[in-house]
Amino acid sequence: MLHDTTTSRIAPAITLEGISKSFPGVRALSDVSLTLYPGSVTALVGENGAGKSTLVKILTGIYKPDGGSIRINGTAVSFPTAHAASKAGVTAIHQETVLFDDLSVAENIFIGHAPKTRFGFVDWAFVNEKARALLKEIGADIDPSIRLRDLGIANRHLVAIARALSIDAQVVIMDEPTAALSHKEIHELSELVEKLKAAGKAILFISHKFDEIFRIADRYTVFRDGRMVGEGLISQTTEDQLVRMMVGRDVGQVFPKKQAEIGEPVLTVAGYRHPTEFEDINFELRRGEILGFYGLVGAGRSEFMQSLFGVTKPSAGAVRIDGNIAVIRTPSEAIAQGIVYVPEERGRQGAVIGLPIFQNVTLPSLGQVSRKGFLRMAREFALAREYTARLDLRAASLDQDVGTLSGGNQQKVVIAKWLATKPKVIILDEPTKGIDIGSKAAVHAFMSELAAEGLSVIMVSSEIPEIIGMADRVIVMREGRIVGRFEREELTAERLVRAAAGIGAVPGEGA
Amino acid sequence: MLTMFLRSRELLLLVAIAALLVVVTWRFPGFITLANLANVYNDTSILIILALGQMVVILTRCIDLSMAANLALCGMVAAMLNFYVPGLPVLLLVLIAVVLGTALGAINGLLVWKLDIPPIVVTLGTMTIFRGTIFLLSGGAWINAHQMSDLFKSLPRGIVAGMPVLSWLSLAVIIAMLVVMRRTPTGRAFYAVGGNPHAAVYTGLDVGYTRFKAYCLSGGFAGLAGYLWVSRYAVAYVDIAAGFELDVVAACVIGGISIAGGVGTVPGAVLGALFLGIIKNALPVVNISPFAQMAISGTVIIIAVAVNARAERRKGRVILKRAEHVA
Repeated sequence: MLHDTTTSRIAPAITLEGISKSFPGVRALSDVSLTLYPGSVTALVGENGAGKSTLVKILTGIYKPDGGSIRINGTAVSFPTAHAASKAGVTAIHQETVLFDDLSVAENIFIGHAPKTRFGFVDWAFVNEKARALLKEIGADIDPSIRLRDLGIANRHLVAIARALSIDAQVVIMDEPTAALSHKEIHELSELVEKLKAAGKAILFISHKFDEIFRIADRYTVFRDGRMVGEGLISQTTEDQLVRMMVGRDVGQVFPKKQAEIGEPVLTVAGYRHPTEFEDINFELRRGEILGFYGLVGAGRSEFMQSLFGVTKPSAGAVRIDGNIAVIRTPSEAIAQGIVYVPEERGRQGAVIGLPIFQNVTLPSLGQVSRKGFLRMAREFALAREYTARLDLRAASLDQDVGTLSGGNQQKVVIAKWLATKPKVIILDEPTKGIDIGSKAAVHAFMSELAAEGLSVIMVSSEIPEIIGMADRVIVMREGRIVGRFEREELTAERLVRAAAGIGAVPGEGA
Repeated sequence: MLTMFLRSRELLLLVAIAALLVVVTWRFPGFITLANLANVYNDTSILIILALGQMVVILTRCIDLSMAANLALCGMVAAMLNFYVPGLPVLLLVLIAVVLGTALGAINGLLVWKLDIPPIVVTLGTMTIFRGTIFLLSGGAWINAHQMSDLFKSLPRGIVAGMPVLSWLSLAVIIAMLVVMRRTPTGRAFYAVGGNPHAAVYTGLDVGYTRFKAYCLSGGFAGLAGYLWVSRYAVAYVDIAAGFELDVVAACVIGGISIAGGVGTVPGAVLGALFLGIIKNALPVVNISPFAQMAISGTVIIIAVAVNARAERRKGRVILKRAEHVA
């Protein structure tokens, strides 16, 4: 399978074989293999949802695999707890470091495995001295006695790396370590990766940035839809090949897209910008249209939508609804103007657990169901019944606590709640993330129906099949800016991925 | 609806109260007479009013520790006005107490809303400030029974249709709160804001403003209770109702108002207050020492919290299962 000469003579540091993991209704990983070699950086690439995070969680003992084996230096191991994984020498440095803000740098490095004096107390003198030595070893100019809170992101990463070294980790997982770093910091980080390599660590490097992958990694492994679809040496591949492996898929899913009649512009956004999240957002949304917003996680799509909906304030920008200037400073003004937002995090931002279904549905429409300042329960039930029925909600009674429903049904309640306000524009942020296939299809069918009825839909999605299957037009965002606009006919997975990752156009194409 | 009630915490409390009454009656048969129970209710009226105010604040994931101090300040102002400006009608004094209490509550609300200070810190601070203000106003002096007008003292005791005005007032507050919590958008907002503040934001509810309203309400009730307390006990000084805020919180907790916010009902808060009221009234008549009374009250509170925590933990397991599903 592999014919490389550089590593075949070296024994792998860790080998995963036939790893599978399912969640109810979702198969996150099936029969996945991965091999990491000491002194070598392996890039793990794949779309959002390809199973990368699940694999990291298995490697660090947070999830238990349903099947398969893990071998370290040839010995079979299992990680029943996160502690077991770290004892076995596997450590992860996350995108947002999980460390303790109010402890000192030295305490962060040694927490959980601090050396003790013979009286059983922590040997602070030794801890501080060792921390200083470790930090020096990785070239970090950090005082081990200061609080972590006072460090920037890059220095926090260095602390996390020092921690990894302190437990003598053989396998270091770097999960999008550069997502929050500046150019200079990224440069420093790549020097550090070199040092870790020189120290003989096996490194798994997860990134969406191709320039980085090609600069830092020695090997690659590509995941798609929970399967391993390719691996090899970076020196023997190209960006194009990687992109093709990432997206090349069978069209297994049929999308219930109806052709809606697309009418006049309903929403026009001009010059929207925010000091730190996004800038220069301009677009038009037409009646009956489904406009997809694609991008990598953290591209600023949700941040822009929240701003459009009045949750956060933009620093500049104008919105027109049906041609009239609209001032939106709060979500209630947005709702009054006919814009509603179905947020991504259903649990945190969607349903109010503890309130019954019907009260969840009528929450943004309390004015509509009251008379003279008093709520009319009959009207509440009528409204809730009408919209939950349209969404085919499965519930014993509208009186039951929304918390007793399944995830998919909760999502339906949240969508019903918004439709009951009779909006002109509905923003769906990752509408099918984490729900089962059946509920997904229902949400897609419903989205199509809404557009056919003349509603305008903005669909923020990181799932390429969903974007290609449902959108009439797609805007791609990257690092807070619009970097691509595609009509339905021009949509290909490759173009979307290239735009989102910041790679140039497909060779031989003009656009 | 009926099955929901049968499984509800309110029913559990009713059963507990009935059991308590049975035990007390066994030792002291006179306790269960209608006249005595009416007395106990009358005695508990102020606690009920305060508990309903506190309930609203707790529902929005906040807390009002300044209620008793607010009560004392409003009571002192009403008593001083009654003494120094003899011509003022008593009803105007009641109104002044309510308005002042609402204003003091609004200060709490503004600090929580606009400055985003944790509610426990805000109300711990204002609690001390309110007490200090009473001292500044009164110079530490007491306003005693003989310095208050007769009507000022007798209004809550006046009997209307067989019940004291104080009891009627608390009944009116209960009914008003039932309507507010069940039948108005504001009442619904209290639940939504506490149940899931993030979702409330996206629903167009202003979380801070809703909390502000909750504090105004609890302040207003504290103001009303201030007049009632001072006239009932016919004395006003710096330390009246000292520590009573904890009884109020305890009544809410016993009544099943979740400290985590979003869960709780008017009947629950009322029953929680009555439970405490019965304990305080019944234990002395069955010759239990005041210290044992305190220990018993404390035990009851911990049992109530443990029961609540168990109910919430069950809910937690279901959510965790689903969280795994989502991941």
